[in-house]
Amino acid sequence: MLRYVLSRLLSAIPTLFLIITISFFLMRVAPGGPFDLERPLEAKVMENLNKIYNLDKSLWEQYLIYLKSVMSGDFGPSFFFRDFSINELFAQSLPISMQLGLSALALALAVGGFLGVVAALRQNKSVDYSVMAAATLGVTIPNFVVAPILTLIMGVHFGWLPVGGWNGGAFVNMVLPVVTLALPQIAVVARLTRGSMIEALRSNHVRTARAYGLSGYTVVVVHALRGAILPVVSYLGPAAAALLTGSVVIETIFGIPGIGRYFVQGALNRDYTLVMGTVVVVACFVIIFNLIVDLLYAMLDPRVRFD
Amino acid sequence: MSKINENTVLEIDNLKVDFETNTGMVHAVKGVNIHVDSGETVAIVGESGSGKSQTMMAAMGLLAGNGITHGEVRYRGENILGSSIRKLNKIRGAKVTMIFQEPMTSLDPLYTIERQLCEPMVEHGEYTWASAKKRAVELLELVGIPEPARKVKAYPYEMSGGQRQRVMIAMALANDPDVLIADEPTTALDVTTQAQILELMADLQRRLGMAVVFITHDLAIVERISDRVYVMKSGEVVEEGPTKEIFGQPKHDYTKMLLDAEPTGLKSMVPDSNPIVLDAEKVRVEFETETGFLKPNHVLRAVNDISMEVREGQTLGIVGESGSGKSTLGRAVLQLLPNASGRVVYQGNDITGASKKKMRPLRKEMQLIFQDPFGSLSPRMTVGQIITEGLLVHEPQLSAKERDQRAIQALEEVSMDPAMRNRYPHEFSGGQRQRIAIARTMILNPKLVVLDEPTSALDRTVQKQVVELLRNLQKEHGLTYLFISHDLAVVRAMSDTVMVMQKGEVVEKGLAEEIFSNPKEEYTKELIAAAALKPA
Repeated sequence: MLRYVLSRLLSAIPTLFLIITISFFLMRVAPGGPFDLERPLEAKVMENLNKIYNLDKSLWEQYLIYLKSVMSGDFGPSFFFRDFSINELFAQSLPISMQLGLSALALALAVGGFLGVVAALRQNKSVDYSVMAAATLGVTIPNFVVAPILTLIMGVHFGWLPVGGWNGGAFVNMVLPVVTLALPQIAVVARLTRGSMIEALRSNHVRTARAYGLSGYTVVVVHALRGAILPVVSYLGPAAAALLTGSVVIETIFGIPGIGRYFVQGALNRDYTLVMGTVVVVACFVIIFNLIVDLLYAMLDPRVRFD
Repeated sequence: MSKINENTVLEIDNLKVDFETNTGMVHAVKGVNIHVDSGETVAIVGESGSGKSQTMMAAMGLLAGNGITHGEVRYRGENILGSSIRKLNKIRGAKVTMIFQEPMTSLDPLYTIERQLCEPMVEHGEYTWASAKKRAVELLELVGIPEPARKVKAYPYEMSGGQRQRVMIAMALANDPDVLIADEPTTALDVTTQAQILELMADLQRRLGMAVVFITHDLAIVERISDRVYVMKSGEVVEEGPTKEIFGQPKHDYTKMLLDAEPTGLKSMVPDSNPIVLDAEKVRVEFETETGFLKPNHVLRAVNDISMEVREGQTLGIVGESGSGKSTLGRAVLQLLPNASGRVVYQGNDITGASKKKMRPLRKEMQLIFQDPFGSLSPRMTVGQIITEGLLVHEPQLSAKERDQRAIQALEEVSMDPAMRNRYPHEFSGGQRQRIAIARTMILNPKLVVLDEPTSALDRTVQKQVVELLRNLQKEHGLTYLFISHDLAVVRAMSDTVMVMQKGEVVEKGLAEEIFSNPKEEYTKELIAAAALKPA
């Protein structure tokens, strides 16, 4: 098991290297640079800036310099937020985004899973139809529509919850952004769970469990759900990535200082190091989550072994 | 006829089962009366679709969601049909237990055998987890699983089909039931395993004294083990009585037809002067499985140096259990496996390792028919398209009209209405589909046909018809067959010579008559005994 984890982590290194290389050069292909303003800077100032940030060197040299500093864990200075290094920016924002994303993921799993199971048990009855209709709505309505509506009702009309701000991650501040972020995932998880649960409930071994007079809980949770949850587990990898990167809109609407907005700002400002930093961090998360998913899968299904 | 009495444990009274479907109500069971006395073995017999399984499923509250029941099912006088799950759960799994047809999927793949054996024991309140675990080991020993203390920790995927069925039996016995319902418990198993499981059940019944309800389509089993028989046809019991009477003086036509369903007669011999169509020498097939970097690969020898010689018009029956390599041999002879070695001569041409291009004209003459009539016909093509597809490759000069003409001929040859050629496969029964598959082969006028378990997925009565059809076609066209099957009754009715295979080796081969009347090898004797053949 340990050997498997280590080999998986080692095999992530070439992947990361490729990602860094491709995005480094791709970004440089885009026209413009970090210091191009509407009114151009004086030539001397520009030259000095370029010198400080090594932009006067050849692209190849810049690439090697960047690679070297990344290997020592330094993502370099931000070109736009001049007083901060990328490491400092992430140290502040990454924990917030992680808290937001993981809470949304947990909520999506709990609520989506529950709704999916209920719908499967009441297949083709009104409960099933309403859950699935709600799920379709959840997927189709974009979160920049859901967020203002929720804010309007819960924050402005009733005044129960703050309409924005992070406030150090206080519970009331988290409710609206987490719910908004989780809604489309709840819908997806509910649909996935329902589908595999219906299949599981029809399977022969669940019939055996019924024929042997086992309680409803044992039949549904112990024998049907454990197998039915496997497709949902596979979905966790992409879902985690989507939650982490998809939080841009949510962070902007609710004014949360997370990592998502750096994606957009970094790209618009040609803040090379910031974009590279976010790409690497997100890539790391995707890799780690996929590993966790595979380990979870092996825990749930004894037929999957890594030795 | 035995009457309901004080010994009756389970009584099914005027049971009706309907299924609500998109195309309207389907009446699966139409008022069935069955009773089971303590300690007796009752068989419910019928072909697929007769409602025999649904009757017992309904009685145990295991119908699919769209099933509706009427009538009463009484356990020791108390109605349990349509009662609450709580009340039902006091009886099922404790007093009345079940074994199912599908040993491979009836156990939960995610839990150990121990856990699944213990669950019903703990659930019904007789045991604690600790005492249930001890009993689980005893039960495995009782049903004849070697090393029970180790095997109890195994997962179902680590066991063979026969072992899994033994585990199911252990589970069924755990709470000392009054009635054990066995729904086709041996159908999915090899003949020798089948015999062992039946013996085990009979032995356990003698020792433990529960009643057994045996649902099956296999009359050979019924005659051997049951006291009384109910014969079911399209949702009704058409005849019932003691086994001896039913087998001795069957009254209903349907019963007579079932009893007469075993393929009979022998194939007339072919003169030795006929030319040799297929001559194979030392055919060997090996599969390599990778074990790891720099380690020697594990080599599985599926077929080990097998030779054969088949004359025109002859049938070579290849008999063996699953995993014996009989299907692999058939494919190797047709040059469908790249990893086969040995020499194969077809009509004087050495086709060993022949290129695809060289094989193409021969493919027309060398055809293959598969076991699964449901999976081997494309669901999106009409029967006519399916049958004539081979002509597009082998006789491209034909016009659409000529092809249609050939399709009509081919369907007539397999006794099907040519008007059916515009329909799709899903509209046909298993037997009809196998006829379509045969028509698809016959349209190419083949010389050598490899038949890979062509009758295994069919009911006995349909089997008999297909066997007769194949024999007639052979006589008419001078076909040469390689007939692969685990079913000895069918092989006996089809073959001139028989080859018995086990683990990739030939155990015994010779004339069919001699093998069946005077088997020499122990394994062959075992197979023949297990099949309980009637005299031909």
